[in-house]
Amino acid sequence: MTKENIRKAILDIIAVVAPDEDLSNIDGGVRLRDQLDMDSMDFLDIVMELRKRYKIEVPKEDYPLLATLDGCLEYLTPKLVAVVV
Amino acid sequence: MEPRIGLSQIIEPSGVLPDGDVGCGTCPSKSLRRFVLCTTFCKLHALDRARSVARRLCQAVQSGADGLESTITWMTGCSVAKRPDNERIVITGVGLTSPLGDTPSEFRRNLLNGTPGITSIETRFMGEVPAGVCRFDERKHQSGKDRRRGTRAGSIAIFCACEAFADAGINVEQVDRSRIGVYVGVTEHGTVETENEIAAIREFDYDTKCWSHHHNPRTVANNPAGEVTINLGITGPHYTLGAACAAGNAGLIQAAQMLQLGEVDIALGGGVSESIHSFGIFASFASENALAHHEDPAKASRPFDTGRCGIVVSEGGCLYVLERLSDARARGARILCEVIGHAMNSDAADPVVPLPERLAQCMELALARASIGPGDVDIVNTHATGTVLGDIQEAQAVRQLFSDQPGVWVNNTKSFIGHAMGAAGALELVGNLAALEDGYVHATINVDELDPRCAMDNLVLNEPRKVARVDTILNNSFGMLGINSVLIVRRFTG
Repeated sequence: MTKENIRKAILDIIAVVAPDEDLSNIDGGVRLRDQLDMDSMDFLDIVMELRKRYKIEVPKEDYPLLATLDGCLEYLTPKLVAVVV
Repeated sequence: MEPRIGLSQIIEPSGVLPDGDVGCGTCPSKSLRRFVLCTTFCKLHALDRARSVARRLCQAVQSGADGLESTITWMTGCSVAKRPDNERIVITGVGLTSPLGDTPSEFRRNLLNGTPGITSIETRFMGEVPAGVCRFDERKHQSGKDRRRGTRAGSIAIFCACEAFADAGINVEQVDRSRIGVYVGVTEHGTVETENEIAAIREFDYDTKCWSHHHNPRTVANNPAGEVTINLGITGPHYTLGAACAAGNAGLIQAAQMLQLGEVDIALGGGVSESIHSFGIFASFASENALAHHEDPAKASRPFDTGRCGIVVSEGGCLYVLERLSDARARGARILCEVIGHAMNSDAADPVVPLPERLAQCMELALARASIGPGDVDIVNTHATGTVLGDIQEAQAVRQLFSDQPGVWVNNTKSFIGHAMGAAGALELVGNLAALEDGYVHATINVDELDPRCAMDNLVLNEPRKVARVDTILNNSFGMLGINSVLIVRRFTG
């Protein structure tokens, strides 16, 4: 995956988890929960989708690293870069 | 203390009808007009019951002195006494979704037009099966996120609840939401969500780490009622009533009882079903040889017909707003009808085969609580599902009570919409409620050849029947494990 594809893959998951939200102006540096109507169950949905779609396991201690979109990109890029799309 | 009355007070001996007297309206002979109720009685008691009492008197006289005596005994008891407004329960709103529409008027129009609501759907592992499908807009009252996290049953319940409050003219944000109760009948809950999860993890070699964290909140038995409270911010009590196919009536009955107990001031009652999204219910009925099939799905649901071969499973929902009459009056609410009687009992016999004598007892108990006799009922809406034996058993019970009652009409709504399981009783009631206004008894369709074992007097077949007047509807709903429910509603006249 390219960096752009990885960003799109993450946003696609967020779009499923938060279908009522406008993601076009998402601020990469702000916690997702502070700018979108999301809670802990939604966050578990993101973890579940990563598992189902890309076989990526996110250990519980790493959850804070996915708090922002930029954090997701940083954490997931090494894991997704090898994924063929 | 209620005043006691005697024969001289309730029968006008001269045969003259003074102003204010009420006749039964059904006597074939003018000579029987002397059995109208006198003005004194009408002033002492509820005028809206006068016609029922007059009917019963006339029937008693025709059956001889013993009948008259027992009727007088019945009349002099407290049963005909007018209850205070805060003990009377009325329905002031209704919301529904059904295979024949999402509003009472659309549903009613299709019933009177004879339009069947059954189609064919693809079911997991089983291929095509006939079913009733709802097409309401899930997003009308629910966000996409809440829908994703919730259940179809919850979505149905939310839609029905919001529509019911709108119909009742109640803005829930402007009332004390801690005084609203939500009582939703369900036949089953959780099978759809469990089947979906199993199908989902099968794609991941049954890795249970892929089992959704939403499964528990989706499958707890109170789910559909709980989703309503979250959606509307209702902080009063909520729960579902697991009552097999008697659940729709059970939800209504619970709502009425909680109002009478003073537990709540506004009650939502009725039932929902998402069952068509479970292959298990279809497969189980098929294994029982009780799943309907027909080359034309619209003809698959055919209670009382010789060619009936089982149940058509449908989804649906119907919730009513119930209030104490005193509260409804205080806010100037439009009153759709009054709940005058209800009963539930158990066959204590077979898990799947209904017991006619117990069904009859349930109807009798509801009639007694309503202080009316069988002849006072205008429409009996049967539960019959289209199974060979079940329809025979109910017909036997109905005949036991309603034979030789020329003013009682019998019909069946499942012939149009199939069996909406937990929603059935509530949906079938709303399908008949408009009869109070339009005077039509909707038909039982798909009866090409009536099974003589299912014959009942005044069974309305294939075409709706215009009758002189409809005041009282008796609604049957029975279910597996021998659970029976009967609800009686009446035109509200003050």
